[in-house]
Amino acid sequence: MTNEWTDACAIDDIDEEDVIAFEHDGHEYALYRTEDDRFFATDGLCTHEQVSLADGLVMGTIIECPKHNGRFDITTGQTKGGPVCEHLKTYETQVRDGRLFIRTG
Amino acid sequence: MTPTPRDYSLVGRDSALAEENGLVAAKWYAVKIDRKDLKRLMRRSDSPAIRDTLIWLALLVASGAGAVYFWGSWLCVPFFLVYGVLYGSSSDSRWHEAGHGTAFKTRWMNVALYHLASFMIFREPTIWMWSHTRHHTDTIIVGRDPEIAAPRPPDLRTMLLNIFALASSWKTLRSLLRHAAGRLSAEEATFVPQNEQARVFLIARIYLVILAAVALACAVTGSILPAMLIGLPSLYGGFMAIFFGLTQHAGLAEDVLDHRLNSRTIYMNPIFRFLYWNMNYHIEHHMFPMVPYHALPKLHEAIRDDCPEPYPSTWAAYREIIPTLLRQVRDPGYFIARNLPHNVEAVPHNPGAVFKAAE
Repeated sequence: MTNEWTDACAIDDIDEEDVIAFEHDGHEYALYRTEDDRFFATDGLCTHEQVSLADGLVMGTIIECPKHNGRFDITTGQTKGGPVCEHLKTYETQVRDGRLFIRTG
Repeated sequence: MTPTPRDYSLVGRDSALAEENGLVAAKWYAVKIDRKDLKRLMRRSDSPAIRDTLIWLALLVASGAGAVYFWGSWLCVPFFLVYGVLYGSSSDSRWHEAGHGTAFKTRWMNVALYHLASFMIFREPTIWMWSHTRHHTDTIIVGRDPEIAAPRPPDLRTMLLNIFALASSWKTLRSLLRHAAGRLSAEEATFVPQNEQARVFLIARIYLVILAAVALACAVTGSILPAMLIGLPSLYGGFMAIFFGLTQHAGLAEDVLDHRLNSRTIYMNPIFRFLYWNMNYHIEHHMFPMVPYHALPKLHEAIRDDCPEPYPSTWAAYREIIPTLLRQVRDPGYFIARNLPHNVEAVPHNPGAVFKAAE
């Protein structure tokens, strides 16, 4: 994995208040778009039982895991409700020319 | 079918077997639903649960007031019956939905209802939060799921005692004492994280203080009326909780990675659905636990073509469950294999007790 900006997707690939999965170098990321058009990126798997967060529900800046409803703040990766105990890793994002870049690594 | 006794302990032989067989935190079958449709179904709202909770609390207050008013005459019995079912049975579904965080959109409302309903159903909130998490990860996986209500062979004595929540409450009482003393059992330690243990111990002490206060109120007033309103309704009103709860999985396959084969969806009347908060759509709930109770009928319509035929009534479900449980007493290998619709994708699975039976 490299510590560089990676072109992840077109911003229109993500609906408002939604999440998609993005794989890069064998690592799964979750890419989020909020209702007010801000973009965030975190690790793609829940820290509780490695379930893909891309199947979860975005509510404001909270992502809820689809399996056990564990919650994380997508802006900080912090846990916001059981059964998750371990924070989620976040990644910097940038929007350039209608595309979303994330700083991987 | 050959009897195949299983080890339902979470720290026993079948626990290790489940690991070996790839049944732990495994990938489960899920019907494919368009993401936009699923998002619509998952959308949270406060209003249905506020409405239902206000009705529930109003009925509790009204029936409780009637029971107190008629205390000392037989006329109090129907009021206690209603109060008891609302307190000791429908609290189960409130506990459950609020525990998933799907009842309300607003977080604190879920937390408040979760703690209130936990006390009413006489369950320790933190222990059961984690136990239920495991139940969703490893649904009816022997040696992993702490919430298998009908093991094979079924323990009919415990089931009968639990019509009035006697066995379950006795277990909770012993757990409360253990937790108040600052100890977890070996099984609890397998699913309650270290950083949650202090909360378990604190809440156990709070529960015991409340129960002691009720007992003191009874002693001071020279009447069991305080306990009839707080505490005892978990017992005398608990019969509908087991009536609903047993329909969820009893008699169906174990060790399958497909909720269509180990859970029941049953059509129930509106009163049952109010008491049970739509958990009769149990396949739907397990397959998509983020969908709130009020959206489960719509989810049912969305996936029903991929699921076994729903049971037309609770009575129909029990016509299957009771003979199955009785047969499993002498033939623990027996279970109900649900039929999937033709041309529907099925997952490879271990057909219950037939696979690597415990000695």
